Amino acid sequence: MSTLLIIFYFLSAITLATAFLTIISKNPIHSAIYLVICFFSVAGHYLLFNAQFLAIVHIIVYSGAIMVLFLFTIMLMNLNKEGEPHKKIATKLAAVISFGLVCFVMLAVFIKAMPKMETYRTSGQDFQSIKVLGKVLLNEYMVPFEFASVLLLVAMMGVVLLSKKEKTIQ
Amino acid sequence: MNNILVQIGIENYIFLCVVLFCIGIFGVLYRRNAIIMFMSIEIMLNAVNLLFVAFSTFHQDAQGQVFVFFSMAVAAAEVAVGLAILVSIFRNSSSIDIDNLKNLKG
Repeated sequence: MSTLLIIFYFLSAITLATAFLTIISKNPIHSAIYLVICFFSVAGHYLLFNAQFLAIVHIIVYSGAIMVLFLFTIMLMNLNKEGEPHKKIATKLAAVISFGLVCFVMLAVFIKAMPKMETYRTSGQDFQSIKVLGKVLLNEYMVPFEFASVLLLVAMMGVVLLSKKEKTIQ
Repeated sequence: MNNILVQIGIENYIFLCVVLFCIGIFGVLYRRNAIIMFMSIEIMLNAVNLLFVAFSTFHQDAQGQVFVFFSMAVAAAEVAVGLAILVSIFRNSSSIDIDNLKNLKG
């Protein structure tokens, strides 16, 4: 068993366990902390693929920006108490059953599809260093790249408009 | 590190991403706290992004990683707008329990 395989299993165990704990922990703050660990382990997977650019962007965007936003919202709403009313037991049972069924079907599909896939072979060509990725991003994908900035600008304006306090009508 | 898929195998990544995606689905169905549902949606997006990167390495093509970059930008915008909507819902009904949001029901 190679070192890479051991690292992969370790990271996958962390990813799945913290993703599950995010969902079942009662306190939203704990959920957010578990989600941070989950995102960091996904960044570890990206590093394992040698995709440095995506690992850095993932840590900055998800573990930095999005999680700060989540924690800020949780604290703004003062939700860090465990007073969530429980769902009906039938609903929870239905959720568990559909989770199991979806998992079973998708795993079965992919196990069946596995022999159809071509085998992997490396060409030894550099395709995912920051240099190559930057060239692809700014040559072929120039227009979508600029539109992403427009999207972020519009999202920012929408957020400001949504969270502005409405003036009460006299 | 270029031979990572030789040692680990794409199928392991496919199984990991499928299970992660299903955990996200489970979270959306199981909880009624809207913030936790948002977190589950983030988990699902992450599963798909991870699979994109895996297949980008499999096919030795940078375009999958570019797509993941755009999907991260969209996810950031989505979370910002969604949390702002949650804050204004909380301001109106002082809870974010989704079962309380049935004013549109006839």
